[in-house]
Amino acid sequence: MNVPLYEKIWMWAAGGISVAFVATVLITSIGGALEPPSHVETIDPTQVFKDPRFAHPGVTVDEHGATVVTIGMIFAYVPAEIHVPAGKPVTFRMTSADVTHGFLIVGTNANTMLVPGYVSQFTTTFQQPGEYLIVCNEYCGLGHHLMSAKLIVEAAKP
Amino acid sequence: MSSRTNRLVLATFWVAILSFGVASAMALMQALSRAALDLPWRSAKMYYLSVTAHGTLMALVFTTFFIMAFGYVVAERSLGRELPHQTLAWTGYWIALAGTLAAVAAILSGKASVLYTFYPPLQAHPAFYIGATLLIVGSWVWGFVMIRSYLAYKREHPGERAPLALHGMLATVIVWLIATVGVAAETLLLLIPWSLGITKTIDPELARMLFWYFGHPLVYFWLLPAYVVWYTVLPKVAGGKLFSDPLARLVFVLFVILSTPVGFHHQFMDPGIPASWKLLHTLLTFAILFPSFVTAFTVTASLEVAGRLKGATGLLDWLKKLPWGDPLFASVALSMLLFAVGGIGGAINAAYGMNAVVHNTAFIQGHFHLTVGSATALTFMGAAYWLLPRLTGRQLELELLAKVQPYLWFVGMVLFAISNHITGLLGMPRRIYDASYGRSAAAHAWRGLTGVSAVGGLFLFTSAGFFILVMLGTGLAGKKRVPEPIEWAEPLEPTSPKATLLDRYGLWTVVAALLVLIAYAYPLWAHLHMQTYGSPGYSPF
Repeated sequence: MNVPLYEKIWMWAAGGISVAFVATVLITSIGGALEPPSHVETIDPTQVFKDPRFAHPGVTVDEHGATVVTIGMIFAYVPAEIHVPAGKPVTFRMTSADVTHGFLIVGTNANTMLVPGYVSQFTTTFQQPGEYLIVCNEYCGLGHHLMSAKLIVEAAKP
Repeated sequence: MSSRTNRLVLATFWVAILSFGVASAMALMQALSRAALDLPWRSAKMYYLSVTAHGTLMALVFTTFFIMAFGYVVAERSLGRELPHQTLAWTGYWIALAGTLAAVAAILSGKASVLYTFYPPLQAHPAFYIGATLLIVGSWVWGFVMIRSYLAYKREHPGERAPLALHGMLATVIVWLIATVGVAAETLLLLIPWSLGITKTIDPELARMLFWYFGHPLVYFWLLPAYVVWYTVLPKVAGGKLFSDPLARLVFVLFVILSTPVGFHHQFMDPGIPASWKLLHTLLTFAILFPSFVTAFTVTASLEVAGRLKGATGLLDWLKKLPWGDPLFASVALSMLLFAVGGIGGAINAAYGMNAVVHNTAFIQGHFHLTVGSATALTFMGAAYWLLPRLTGRQLELELLAKVQPYLWFVGMVLFAISNHITGLLGMPRRIYDASYGRSAAAHAWRGLTGVSAVGGLFLFTSAGFFILVMLGTGLAGKKRVPEPIEWAEPLEPTSPKATLLDRYGLWTVVAALLVLIAYAYPLWAHLHMQTYGSPGYSPF
């Protein structure tokens, strides 16, 4: 195939850009430093409230950080208000009791789908104390736009 | 065109145009919701119904029917032989139309507000899933007729390759046939039996995997026919020649190979899929940037050739020599500009880590309105201005509206897409009836920009209205005249008519199927061997 010189230069540059993008993704994902929430664990979606893993939604704090257990349902989160410490790793464990929902903490990269039958889990650290808005970002019915919750990140007590 | 084929093409074409008109009216409803105007008939029910109707009619009906009509034109006009199997082709048309009407009836009666992604366990009326399946079955018949056209030509011209326009449409057919296996499996094995009550529960994550196996190559099904217009019609209309025929062929082959094994990049935020498989799909996704980069160069260079043939000198003078007042030229050139931005947005969405910031936010709707809503839809509108007079032997009526329409679309899309990209980065979810969230401070930051998005929507609606007026005016009342011929751009350097490696469609289909196996076989196998639990259906709409 006879490729003109300028197009050759362009194709090498295009290839270079694609390779640079891939390299960035690979480098930032080394050791799980930056990876999407990809936890694999299943649950019976019709028995969520009876399942010992989700029978007591809420926050547990210990010296290493916090664990948040949350259930998404039409059209609310349980619990509706979550308090976590700033600067410490927080692990979210979540599932849905009915249809597919989303869970996005506005202003952060904490974002996951809540698919019925599956447990979503990710760990993140909030550096900035304050109040955050949690929104459902997957259409779940006529009240989709009403489905939200509050996250309060509390500064470490002196 | 033979008059038999002409009737088939026009029947298919008008379904596309009318669906586009209805879908645009549905979009107006959403623009008004963004503006938060207090209208008496505005309700959450109407909003989610209109989102479903807009998405389904635009993304699945308008595109599929337009591509089928355009494909038949390419098959007959580029091969110079009458389209074979016309009775079968008409059967496919009626199957697809019946399916469309069934799905639209389910949507408009409020029984299928599940959006065009129809994720279970949201459950629609069975007519919605059956209708969507029939639309796809009808499109398979189209694919069969397209392939048979080519094979008949190949028998008559041994050792010769297909003309470039048909090469691109064959790539479209192959991508579509591989892709629709996923959605057919989803509807036939999971959704239809479940919505009829034959099965009680469904695995939502399995359905999502099958949907996105189909959902990403679906975007190339939209894009490749637009590329056929860019490569083979645009240079001709601009008065130039195609800069490189072999590179264009290479681009289509790369899409055949790479379109499907990338679906997990829509599911980065899903539980139940291991990170390693998401990473593999990420790498393949970045490979697919390359053919679009090449397209940007080849098509732009072809336009420069056109400008220089018209006597342009200097560095950028050729831009001024291009026919900016021609409806096809303006539509396609502006759609390419918007697509350049949309393509870069796509690289952001595909970036494994960065996706978490934008997933399911307004950023995504901003993105795909630049890609399918501009690269595809605006190109198809331009192609419609070019095609309709040639099919009907009628002069384009209301020509001023046709000249203005692409520019209105461009302005509307810039306002709409930029504001949605920003509100998305600020965390605003997509597909929401109301963005106030109990007057939360975070949501307050989106106001103003949602208004800009609504103004963009009004521009787009006006533009769509102009388009429909021109189509109806031309189709019903255009002055009769001898139609101009349907012709394709010549390559700048004459090339041999002999088939090369790039014309080995069977080979590239096998390579594509192997990559699909690598990307999907193990994750699907592992999923089916995991202990999973079904969900009953819900219809909260």
